[in-house]
Formats: sequence, structure tokens, C-alpha cells
Amino acid sequence: MSTMYILWLRQVKKYFRTPSRIIGSLGQPLLFLLVFGFGFGSIFKQAGQGDYMQFLAPGIIMMSVLFTAVFSGIDLIWDRQFGFLKETMVAPVPRWQIMLGKTLGGATVASFQGVIVFILSLIVGFKVQNFLMLPVAAVFVFLIALLFTSLGIAIASRLEDMQGFQLIMNFLVMPIFFLSGSLFPLQGLPKALEVITRLDPLTYGIDGVRESLVGAGTFGMGIDLLVVIVIAVILLGIGSYLFEKIQA
Amino acid sequence: MNMSQQDGNIISVAGLTKKFKDFVAVDNISFNVKKGEIFAFLGPNGAGKSTTIQMLTTLLKPTGGKVTINGNDPAKNKDAVRKSFGIVFQDPSLDSDLTALENMQYHAVLYKVPKEVREKRTEELLRFVELWDRKNDMVKTFSGGMKRRLEVARGLLHHPKIMFLDEPTLGLDPQTRNHIWSYLKDISEKENMTVFFTTHYMAEAEKVAERIAIIDHGKIVAIGSLAELESKTKTNSLEEAFIAITGSTIREEQVNGTGRMRAMQRLWGRR
Repeated sequence: MSTMYILWLRQVKKYFRTPSRIIGSLGQPLLFLLVFGFGFGSIFKQAGQGDYMQFLAPGIIMMSVLFTAVFSGIDLIWDRQFGFLKETMVAPVPRWQIMLGKTLGGATVASFQGVIVFILSLIVGFKVQNFLMLPVAAVFVFLIALLFTSLGIAIASRLEDMQGFQLIMNFLVMPIFFLSGSLFPLQGLPKALEVITRLDPLTYGIDGVRESLVGAGTFGMGIDLLVVIVIAVILLGIGSYLFEKIQA
Repeated sequence: MNMSQQDGNIISVAGLTKKFKDFVAVDNISFNVKKGEIFAFLGPNGAGKSTTIQMLTTLLKPTGGKVTINGNDPAKNKDAVRKSFGIVFQDPSLDSDLTALENMQYHAVLYKVPKEVREKRTEELLRFVELWDRKNDMVKTFSGGMKRRLEVARGLLHHPKIMFLDEPTLGLDPQTRNHIWSYLKDISEKENMTVFFTTHYMAEAEKVAERIAIIDHGKIVAIGSLAELESKTKTNSLEEAFIAITGSTIREEQVNGTGRMRAMQRLWGRR
């Protein structure tokens, strides 16, 4: 327990110590909220879909959770390049505890980032229907954070350096975001796109948050929760397995 | 109690071998290190020093041979072995975004040092390496010498029985080198701690080591006290003895830390 705690603490401390990075990473979600939110707002309304901001905000909140989570996992590469990982690897503690502590730390940080973007979205006009459902939304946020931090760690365990980073951003993280129904409704899509969106775990996270904050989901809370939990557990398993294999 | 502890050897290595595909990095080496001894492990670049240290410290699985560290096999009883040693790696291994104290705390928690002991020992060691005044400063503001001293202090935190140091004084000025060695010798005497180190500074090995092993092309080519090595090679200094034994050709230069890490990754990262 104490091992996991100290790894969690390290991750959280390092996040709060670089406020410039926190503020910097708010730029993109804010831009998306303002530009898409107000830019597409009228078309969305004309198409009879209601208030676009209400639709968009959960997607953008989860986008920032996704990005922060993947980065927190991937920063394992820095630990490796700067040698700190070795110190951890010769310590007499099971590796799964190290991995889990680091993942929980990354997930905490990513969830916090989601909370900040949630507050920002309230400022630009997002309205929560039922504040009593906030804890439910928080569960989805944390699960998605956990899921994608594990994915980041799994990837980082196999990467030698930051060279492959751009590749992951362009071919994995961005597609996960764009194909998740974060920006457009999941109904009435071309068949191929419909299938792909349903394979994207973020889709279910966003759907769950949408369901809980604005009462407008597609799959229903039960399915959303089940899919997210199952995939999170699988990725946590894969992440620990690959982390175990690292030769420091 | 097994044999190695009865005969006073805290490290015993017999027939240790490591192959990377066709390349034999460490070739059937055998040696013992006594409890409390300061032991220098020398050799030209690429001779197999770091590979040997990695095998002794559980980071690398040997291809063959038997290793016993404080009564345990590093390939089998990893955690028991890990508890028994402290290590200063060739490359820096501190978290530079944490303070000196936080780096110490992180180590203490991972090694399960009880809280009361942790606080006392941390203060003692940080004072000892003259970093107590800087304990709340981020490690990234430290000079190379300060980082090294902190790494030494951190390695000593959990009262290790053996301290491994892989070129601990590389790139440090003579003042810092002397300081580091005076701490290590002091603790080694006080706590009967064994010191196993590699270095390229012959004068350093000459000054501090009680016994010296020289490894070349993966094989141990000489082992003994300074006087023994000198008389065997009919030379007057370790440097001359070293060159007499290993020859005077220049070895292929090793790449820097990250590059080496990448090279190692290519060699055995994919398993």
C-alpha cells in the first residue's frame, strides 16, 4: 500500500508543481469549446438537435481527460531516459504495485484536469441538468482516466524514446478522440463510421458523462459502465504485463 | 547459513556468463568478495563491468553460472537480494522534479524503512554528504557533484550490506571524489558494509580498494591486492599494472547514457 501511495503521490506532486503545464493544456479544450461550441451552434440547432454546447461539453471534458491520461502514462519514457526508472526497478517491491501506483496517480491527475475543463465549460455556458448526478459523471471520468493511463503505460513500456510519440498522437490518440462521438451525434452515421465509433472505448465514457450530466445518452448507463470497466481492467492487465517485462 | 556466509564471502560468483545472441559479454568469471571489503572491479570500456553489476543486482538474468549475494541468488530471490544492497548507477537516477528530501523519502518507502528510522537516518546521511541545508531544493538545481552525493546518501539509506557503485566519481572534481570516498569508507567501517565499485581512475582504486579484479573481454584477467598485482606484473603502480595486463590499444568508446540505454534496449529490450 505504501509503495502505491508514494508512486501516486509523486505523480500528483509533479502535476501540481508545474502550473504552467496545467494552464497550457487548458488552451486546446477552451479553443474547442469556444470555436466548435459557438461555430457549429446554429447549424446544430437548425438540424433540430438542440443546444450544441450541451452536447459538446462532455466530449471536450473527456478529451482533456484522454490527453492528460495518455501523457501521464507515457511519461514513463522520461523516467526511463532520465534514469529514475532504474532506481524503482531495483527496489524490493513487486512491479505490479509500482505500475498500479503510477497508474492511479496518472488517473487522478487526468481526472483533475477533467474537473477544471468542466468548470471552464460551465463558464462558457454549459448547464448541468441534475447536479445530483455529478458523482456518477465523476465515476466515468475516473474510469476513462484509468483506462487511458494504463494504455499510456502499456505503450511506454514498449517504446524506446519519444521518437514514436508523434506517431501515437496522430494514429492513436487523435483518432480515439475524433471517433468517439465527442463532436457529433452517434446516430445516423455511415455504417463504417458507426462501427468504428462503437469500437472506441472513449465513446462509452463520453456517453456515460452525457447521460449523467445532460440526460441524453445513446447506449444507456449500464452498457456504458460495463464497457468502460471491462476495457479498463483489460488495459490495466496489459499495462502491468508489459511493465513487468521492462528491462531497466 | 550457507557456505558463502560461513567463509565470510558476501558476494560469491562462480562461472558467471552472459551472452547477448552471439556476443559473450561476460565469459565464465568467478570471484569472491569478503564481508566489509572494499573491492574494485576494473576493466577497459566494454569489458563487461556494467553487465556483471547488472547481473549481481538482479537487473539482468545470467546465461549461466552461480551468484550468491548475501546468501541469496539474484536470479531467484530477487527481493531478498534487492533489500541487501544499495546502488549508485553509472547514469544519474534521481527525480530532478522532486526535492532532495523527497527523493530520500521515495527510496525509504520503497525499501520499507520504518518511519522513525527513516527520518533519523535521512537527516544523518544528508548532513553527512553536506546536503542538509539544501534538502528542500529541487534536485534539478543541483550540480553534478551534489547529485552524486545525494545518490550515495540515498543508496545508504536502508542500511545496505553491500554498496554497488558503477563509476560513481565519473566527471567529478577531485574534492568531490575525495569527499564521496571518505563517506563511503567511513560507513563501510562503521557498519561493516561491503563496497563493490568500478572506476576508470586508477589512483582512486589504488587509494581505496583492498582488493582489485581486472576484467577484460568478459574474462577476469587478474585479481588480488594492489601489491600482488604490482609484483605479478613487475610494475610500480596500478595504472602500469592495468596496462601491462589489458594492453595499450584503445577500446571502442562507449556511447552516452541514453544512447547506451537505447543500444541495450535494441539488444535485449524485446523480451
